[in-house]
Amino acid sequence: MATIENSTQTLTLTMNGTEVTFSPGETLYEVAQRHVDRDVPTLCYDERLEAFGACRLCVVEVEGIRNPVASCTTKATAGMVVKTHTDGLEAHRRTLLEMVASENREIDVDPLSGYASQEMKTLVDRYEARTGRFQGKQSGKSRPDDPNPFIKRDYDLCISCYRCVRVCAEQEGDYAISVANRGFETQITTEFGGFLKDSACTFCGQCIQTCPTGALADHKALRSKDVPGEVKKTRTICPYCGVGCSVDLMSKGDKLVGVLPAMDGPANLGALCIKGQFAYDFVQHSERLSTPLVRGDDGVLRPASWDEALDRAAQGFKDAAANHGEDSIYAIASGRAPNEAAYLTQKFIRATFGTSQVDNCSRA
Amino acid sequence: MSNPLVDMEKPDVIFCIGTNMTECHPVAATRLKKAIAKGAKLIVADPRRIELAEMADVYLPLRVGSDVALLLGMAHVIGRECLVNRDFIEQRTEESEAFLEHVKQFTPEWAESICGVPAKDIEQAAIWYAQAERGAIYYTLGITEHICGVDNVQSLSNLALMTGNIGREGTGINPMRGQNNIQGAGDSGALPNNYPGFQPVDDPKAQAKFEKAYGRPMSPEKGITKVTALDRCGEQIRAMLICGENTLVSDPDRKHCEHAMKALDHIVVLDIFMTETAELADVVLPATAFAETDGVCVNTERRVQRLRAAVPPPGDAKPDWWILSQLGKRMGAPGFEFTSAKEVFNELCSLSPIYAGIDWDLIEHGEYHWPIPEPGHPGTPMLHEKEFPRGRGLFKLVEYRDPAETISEKFPVWLTTGRRLQAYHTRTQTGRSSGIDYLLSEESLEVNPADVEAWGLQDGGWAKLSGTKGSVNIRVKSTMRSPRGTVFCSFSFADVPVNILTGAGYDPVTQTAELKVCPVRVEAV
Repeated sequence: MATIENSTQTLTLTMNGTEVTFSPGETLYEVAQRHVDRDVPTLCYDERLEAFGACRLCVVEVEGIRNPVASCTTKATAGMVVKTHTDGLEAHRRTLLEMVASENREIDVDPLSGYASQEMKTLVDRYEARTGRFQGKQSGKSRPDDPNPFIKRDYDLCISCYRCVRVCAEQEGDYAISVANRGFETQITTEFGGFLKDSACTFCGQCIQTCPTGALADHKALRSKDVPGEVKKTRTICPYCGVGCSVDLMSKGDKLVGVLPAMDGPANLGALCIKGQFAYDFVQHSERLSTPLVRGDDGVLRPASWDEALDRAAQGFKDAAANHGEDSIYAIASGRAPNEAAYLTQKFIRATFGTSQVDNCSRA
Repeated sequence: MSNPLVDMEKPDVIFCIGTNMTECHPVAATRLKKAIAKGAKLIVADPRRIELAEMADVYLPLRVGSDVALLLGMAHVIGRECLVNRDFIEQRTEESEAFLEHVKQFTPEWAESICGVPAKDIEQAAIWYAQAERGAIYYTLGITEHICGVDNVQSLSNLALMTGNIGREGTGINPMRGQNNIQGAGDSGALPNNYPGFQPVDDPKAQAKFEKAYGRPMSPEKGITKVTALDRCGEQIRAMLICGENTLVSDPDRKHCEHAMKALDHIVVLDIFMTETAELADVVLPATAFAETDGVCVNTERRVQRLRAAVPPPGDAKPDWWILSQLGKRMGAPGFEFTSAKEVFNELCSLSPIYAGIDWDLIEHGEYHWPIPEPGHPGTPMLHEKEFPRGRGLFKLVEYRDPAETISEKFPVWLTTGRRLQAYHTRTQTGRSSGIDYLLSEESLEVNPADVEAWGLQDGGWAKLSGTKGSVNIRVKSTMRSPRGTVFCSFSFADVPVNILTGAGYDPVTQTAELKVCPVRVEAV
């Protein structure tokens, strides 16, 4: 009987004086995310990855434990009494951020750098940590020599949170990013310290999207850094394979400037591949068709108005039906266009000619 | 897919066959890698030593086009070792007795003699898959693009039925679909045998429904497939409307395709670029692209998701739904007075039983997997939980057949084609995206290092690849990914039009082309 009672009992602990519930296996950080008004700050945390406990910003006080503990790696247990925002903790967080900020050449990186690129800046501002109180050593050497067009490797901005290393291993299973040395000598690198192209990197871009400082940044999007205007985000679906990854398109005015993975995309949960992440600029390529074309008497395609082109298109189908029967007209729908295109392609054939002379491109 | 993508992290045995998932569906592959990290066993069958093969617990390097032999051998072992799921067979299937009798003749040694995979590895794979608590099969075009594509899929279905690895979490038969909306194109009725929602055109009830909806009589005859239509260009078929397909480059047997298109009286192409196919058109209509279009697409797990426009299209380009509505109106047909993508999608939902429970507003966050048979239904992430569409699952007595063309003295090497991570299809899109060239700037023929030497080739040098239909020149890449006697390249690059060589045969049921097998000769240039 006792076991049954235990299993149905609601687990609770006290957080900042309030009794809160939690599920078995949850960490204090996860509990705080749900119950605490103010964010518990983190820099090394990515909810898709195993907690790492490196940045020490998420520390909380637990009654009966002498030193503050990292909430991301501490499991909640029933009856715990936890405080998340005492003056002592906040002072500790500010000092840590001052130290972290002192290492970096630049705090205010462009938002086009990546999904998480504003995390450091946001925290430094929130804790007013730009004091210049520490003028210490710096870790990480940038690799401007890497000629790859996608991933900027500006390790001067690296704070050794290892999120890139972990996302590459845990999320992607690629293990292309590694760490050399320790302490102030810590350097995020690749196998043999070479270029990314010569490593196991697949250029999925997950490292630039999890980096909280812009040390690994979206080279391609940053080309539009000086385009005026705010970045607008639009949720849509990647145009390539059938997995159907959700993406947030970044645009400035009428210009498409980049792609962010949608962390809550149901098919991809924040993951993307090189095509979805970087192969978007075909959309605004100069070779896009921008006007209807009809073939002239000279056999050459020439620009035409929509009226002329549509009349000409319709007339050709009418002639074929009149001269060769309604089953002489055939339509092919695309597996690349939306449902509405496929639906109206088949409706065009069925409602106009009464046949089923229609297919899509799935057979080859 | 019978099961949702989230299930890819749940199997304890994964069987990948004819899928180069890390390159062609990389994000799905990340989920399989997580299952593997948690201890799942991985069985990989592929002629090429692809990245998945490197991760496999057992790798089955079968000869191209011999899948049925391998799968019959596995079924034999499962029967022989008494690893059949008796309860599942009794409650959910039929024709099991005939099937179990049928596979008794196909020993793993027999299978080895055809597919080249050692009998002991076939046994190991069969035993692992049959003993799995949750065994899941994943496949792609390496299974379907054969003259025996249907036999291949039915062989996989037989394995799932005999072991009960279907209708439960983390199991299933899961084809990974290759294009962002290839599922939706079929769902929407762009098929010669089905109205929207897979309602058969020869079903009088469906016919009556669409006669009423479209306000005109409907022929009860099925249409012809695209493959047949291309064969009949200039004869039965005189005019074509081609929406967003570069038929000339992506289809097999390019010369035949070009000849067919040129025999037409009238071609109208809707596209976003001037493709090789659009060059042949009488009228070219510029359409909006990804990032410029509101609409709906359906992914490989039957998830119905919204597309949204972020930027305006170039010049006078218009959405497909607008162009096709205008065209319908000009033909004098009723029912083309649409003013938005939303109206079009909602009409589709009203006519399609698989979308009956959704509309444009309900799919805002993409939670629904079809079928959604009525309003209030939560959707169906997993198929076949309680029964199959036909009731009981039917075992099929499949037999091995040779590919349409087999290697000979004149053409002694197997060519198989596929895709690469950094390029998509005929590169109309990835080829116009900056930076991709840095990683993949040209096509190359993957050749085993021993063959490079034996055939007098040079790594990085040029080779002439010849088949019965013609030849192409291609750069040579020496790699262990290719086994001896089999070479690989993609069809993505216009300057290596490998589909000049392919397409000797078609599956008799689906008319899918045999793009994965083509005997060739490789010579140094």
